[in-house]
Amino acid sequence: MLKNISNLGDAALYCDFGIQVNKATNLEVIKYFNTIREKKIKGINNLTPSYNKLIISFDLRVTNFSEIKNKIENLDTTIEQSKNNKKIEVPVCCEENFALDKSRLEKKLNLSYQEILTKFFDKEYFCYMTGFIAGMPFLGDIDENLRTQRLETPRVKVPQGSVGITEQFANIYTFDSPGGWNIIGNTPLKVFDDSKERDPNLINPGDTVIFKKISRQEYESSNDK
Amino acid sequence: MTSNYFEILRGGINTTFQDKGRENLYHIGIPFSGVMDNRNFLLANKLVGNHLTAPVIEFAYQGPHLKYTGDQLNFVITGDVIFKIKKKDYEIDGDCYHSYHLENGDEINIISTNKSVYGYFAIGSEIDLKFQWNSCSINTKANIGSNNGKKLDSGQKINLLKINSDKTLKKVNYINSKIENIRVIKGTNFDYFSDEGKKIFFEKEFIVSKLSDRMGMRLEGPKIENIVNTNIKSEGLVKGVIQVPADGNPIIMLSDHGTVGGYPKIGVVVSVDYDRLVQLAPGSKVKFQEIELSDAETLFKLYEMETKNLLNQI
Repeated sequence: MLKNISNLGDAALYCDFGIQVNKATNLEVIKYFNTIREKKIKGINNLTPSYNKLIISFDLRVTNFSEIKNKIENLDTTIEQSKNNKKIEVPVCCEENFALDKSRLEKKLNLSYQEILTKFFDKEYFCYMTGFIAGMPFLGDIDENLRTQRLETPRVKVPQGSVGITEQFANIYTFDSPGGWNIIGNTPLKVFDDSKERDPNLINPGDTVIFKKISRQEYESSNDK
Repeated sequence: MTSNYFEILRGGINTTFQDKGRENLYHIGIPFSGVMDNRNFLLANKLVGNHLTAPVIEFAYQGPHLKYTGDQLNFVITGDVIFKIKKKDYEIDGDCYHSYHLENGDEINIISTNKSVYGYFAIGSEIDLKFQWNSCSINTKANIGSNNGKKLDSGQKINLLKINSDKTLKKVNYINSKIENIRVIKGTNFDYFSDEGKKIFFEKEFIVSKLSDRMGMRLEGPKIENIVNTNIKSEGLVKGVIQVPADGNPIIMLSDHGTVGGYPKIGVVVSVDYDRLVQLAPGSKVKFQEIELSDAETLFKLYEMETKNLLNQI
């Protein structure tokens, strides 16, 4: 449920759906996101759904916080939504040079790298949201024994294709980018394709992702690389 | 068939095509992008008779060196920029906010911005550019926009489609004001920081780091202590959000910022201060000052009126 609406600066609404991270809360966020998109409310120029928050950006030249807040509070979200979710396999190579945070993770989690990988590849993941950089999926939930914090100082450049973990989540860096997640490997798969303007993301909220461990040789010979 | 074009003799440090940017794509991870300094963008287009949101060339610090081939056209440079115009027999120092004629064989050498970061080069012509999601804006992090999403480089050509028929020279008197106090509204995680940390944030000076770019501005100074959690569940960001990671150094989100982030938000820079915020060069000293939402809204209206007045003088 939408618990509270506050302002994030002077040109955005911060809609809080609570502190829990689970599918039910996330689906509630997505419901608001879809409803607001369909309504095409004047002045709204961006929506950012996440695990349990929805940020609504608006053009301060056209409208303001109290106007949009009023519209969101009176929104009818009871309309049925169609779902079209996919299952996607993502190959990952976890060998030297790709597993940037191997030793950090071994130390933090007190596990061997082999144990870490076994636990990581043994699960199916739910896509809660996409973003940060174009097409990056936020997936969950990873095994409880693999959970750790972000780097204290984010990297200025994480290589494209890097697969990272932090807390109960995993993600894929679709581009070279600054970032603070613990990098366990790298995928040769193209997760974002800007030539498809209508649907550039391979993985969308609600989709399921399975990671598959591959060797360096398989990585090098992959078509997307 | 294109007969009017610029040849890039030197690309400059970070030279890109930009316009108003793209909307409604945060949810797939694509930020607004677009010009960093909106007022200087609008003034540039008005001074060469373009529609106000036409594509321009944005440069940072050292700009491009260009050679023109083709029929006469107008151009202008806005910002605080040192540049030279090289004609057949002589060279002159150019003035910002004055449009000039450019003839076949002329060169423009944009040497540098002066104690600021971004400048704008507008051409009185339609430019041959690729648009993605209704914008030519180059996002070099995601390789989106014109020029395959890459910054402009030496050896490349900029092809022109249709030169504006009105070649009246125009100018406006405008001086970019500097900003020292950045006005902010408290962020959604303001209470994650210790009383001492909050005090530091609003009272101490911070220095703009050289690790700043179109994505974000990193600041250095006294560390801001977090007493709750140095991570939050990743959630949406907007331009102007100030995140403080575990190392205690604030980072301000700018036009090409990541659309979500997991560091606590101590504050958000108000809209009225964006144009001047982005012009803070590395080494600049800044302070944060808290203001209320209603004041931020009023100040933005006044700033917009001032921009309109400037545009009406042209």
